[in-house]
Amino acid sequence: MPLTTRLRAALLAGTVMLAAAAPRAGWADEQYFPLQSYRVGPYAAGGTGFFGGFIDYLNLINARDGGVNGVKLTWSEGETQYEVERGVEVYERLKSRPGIAAWNPLSVGIAYAMIDRITADRVPLVTINHGRTDSTDGRVFPYVFPLLLNPYSETSGIIQYLGTRAGGLDKLKGKTIAVLYHGSPYGKETIPIYAQLAERYGFTVAQIEVPHPGNEQQSQWLTIRRLRPDFVVLRGWGVMNPVALKTAQKTGFPADRIVGNVWSNSEEDVIPAGDAAKGYVAITTQASGTAYPVIQEVVGKVYGAGNGNLADRKRIGSVYHNLGVLNGILNVEAVRIAQGKFGARTLTGDEVRWGFEHLRLDEARVAALGAKGLFHSINVTCANHEGEGRVTFQQWDGAKWTVVSDWIAPDWASLRPIIEASATAYAKEHGLTPRDCAAEEAADAAGKQAAAAAR
Amino acid sequence: MDALPRAAPRPHLPAGALGLGALLVLAYGIVPLTGTSYLFEALLTPFLALALAGLGLNLLTGYAGLLSLGSAAFMAVGAYAAFNLSLRLPGLPLPASLLLAGFVAALAGLAAGLPALRLRGFYLAVSTLAVQFFVAWALNRIGWISDDSPSGVITAPRLVVAGLSFDDPRGRYLVSLTVVTLLTLVAWRLVSSPTGRNLVAIRDNETAARLVGVKVARTKLLAFAASSFVIGIAGALWAFAYLRTVEPAGFNLDRSFQILFIVIIGGLGTLRGAFLGAGFIVVLPLLLARLGAALLGDGFDSGTLEMVQRIVLGALIVALLIREPAGLAALLDRAGRRLGRRAA
Repeated sequence: MPLTTRLRAALLAGTVMLAAAAPRAGWADEQYFPLQSYRVGPYAAGGTGFFGGFIDYLNLINARDGGVNGVKLTWSEGETQYEVERGVEVYERLKSRPGIAAWNPLSVGIAYAMIDRITADRVPLVTINHGRTDSTDGRVFPYVFPLLLNPYSETSGIIQYLGTRAGGLDKLKGKTIAVLYHGSPYGKETIPIYAQLAERYGFTVAQIEVPHPGNEQQSQWLTIRRLRPDFVVLRGWGVMNPVALKTAQKTGFPADRIVGNVWSNSEEDVIPAGDAAKGYVAITTQASGTAYPVIQEVVGKVYGAGNGNLADRKRIGSVYHNLGVLNGILNVEAVRIAQGKFGARTLTGDEVRWGFEHLRLDEARVAALGAKGLFHSINVTCANHEGEGRVTFQQWDGAKWTVVSDWIAPDWASLRPIIEASATAYAKEHGLTPRDCAAEEAADAAGKQAAAAAR
Repeated sequence: MDALPRAAPRPHLPAGALGLGALLVLAYGIVPLTGTSYLFEALLTPFLALALAGLGLNLLTGYAGLLSLGSAAFMAVGAYAAFNLSLRLPGLPLPASLLLAGFVAALAGLAAGLPALRLRGFYLAVSTLAVQFFVAWALNRIGWISDDSPSGVITAPRLVVAGLSFDDPRGRYLVSLTVVTLLTLVAWRLVSSPTGRNLVAIRDNETAARLVGVKVARTKLLAFAASSFVIGIAGALWAFAYLRTVEPAGFNLDRSFQILFIVIIGGLGTLRGAFLGAGFIVVLPLLLARLGAALLGDGFDSGTLEMVQRIVLGALIVALLIREPAGLAALLDRAGRRLGRRAA
């Protein structure tokens, strides 16, 4: 038994080495997405929506285009229940499959536990809209991509939006904003940013903690009532969100002056609150609904052919489903961009990383992808792994979300120094030397010129 | 705690010495040479860490009969103590920082054990529940503990012992295995010593134990300290060797229950019980998941598969506890006796 195991291990090691050395050699042209999904447990609503949307888009690309330039997209799921150790187990189980493009856990805890592992294995880790803020600095975190939005730019985006509600950022002076945050590391992460923005724009900020899970908020809302804030920002999680909306209604605070963050913006957050949620506004990076051509194609070509992933077709176009579709678009386009450099074949994780670092989708390209209005644009670089995602705000009318703002650009320039300081501290702690992005980009440009000259 | 099974106070170590030796040869000799990174990273390292936590809780609940729901809190204390020790005392070698982390957890255990001098049974369980919530609150509230990291999540330091790096899957497994082996040996010495017999005496009848001269208060506190020491080191292993990142949410009440179930299903008042229980609770679900995935293929809905596994696992637990309420260790004993009788 040990001998056979050892033989098998040797064979496996051999295969892996061969695969790493010559990705072109053995495989049929397939690009594989390992999915650490969660369809069971307390966060199943988000998990089924997000991974459903992601799979729907991969299905659409295979059915409509025959894959990406002929490279078929494949995937398989491992259930994590949103638990870190299950996520690690799925990672270890699926990481030896050939042709992995990127990991997309949609879980902060799992993502943190994977940073070391994916960096050693040289495969991208995509944490769309969430994840570690300082991983925005691609010089220190070459394989981590918190695409579109990190917690700091979310905070800045919300304040920009409140500025437009007040009639200009300068009008925020003298206003009072209460931030109701979940009593967890996630909830507390933006405390210094709100404090800093309050100082800059001259508004008063009161940050009030709701202990986990947040199913009792009488005293917090009494405080808010005494405070009489102009706006309340809801930085909630799970059951805390509907309870906040209901308690606000009881204390007489109008829902349209409550603004939710990205983890308080889904149907699951408002439907349980019933009437109390009418008028509630929340931030998002992708608009809801099915009006966008790409969602229509998902409905027609994927669900029409009976291959849809959502069990309930009514959830097509919901917040998490559209986020999944958007995540699919970003992953597929990163693969396509990387293929442009390395050839239309199965790519290695490191080649897809290059694709993500050149993931530049302007408004014209977004429209060509059928996603005009679904999201604005993205511009990822070697140093900026977030990619300047714009945000918009949606209002709940009791049945659906409606966009009520323009695409707002957070104030990235003022956040960058804080992010760089944190990333530099991480690099120092771990003995890493930050990459020289300018040199890498120059080398890329030189390579492109040489190729053009040769042609 | 009269409902607890009266297992033999002395573990059957000498009788099974041969088997134990074979197990160690397997664990140290054969597994590291032949195992895959999946085996180390996904199965053995978490198995060892939680088995060790189970061992620690068994000292308290199995041997001394004191029910605790705060195991995850002691794991957290151990993990964060080890993190802070290696962060703030950079020259401290890893074994020393693990040992000191164990002592910090033992101090926390002593404090948590004070109510045990007055409370028993479910009332004590409730007071340990308070520890569970207090530690979670403190980790969330006091930024210094997680080095003022904005997200409260810390990254574990590299595993280096005496200049040798153990920072690959095999190395992490070997570090965990060595720590677990040493602590199991210490625990075995403890439970077969007079102090160990005092623990059992308090569990079986506290008044009688007091009458024959057992120092009840001191022994109870010792049980809390020793148990928390072991659980604290298990927490450090969980954080450093397994996840390599620590967030407070990973040490919630669910984890405490998981450790309690490991001990109950494995067998209260036995050292083997923790390992058998950890095998059942940690490894078996993963094997079931892999079996299900292998049988049904990638296309099958992973949520349904998960539900089926839960049903199978639940049925197994019910069946086991009907057949043998004293846990897997007792089941194994009985099987061994039957085999012996047949052979004789």
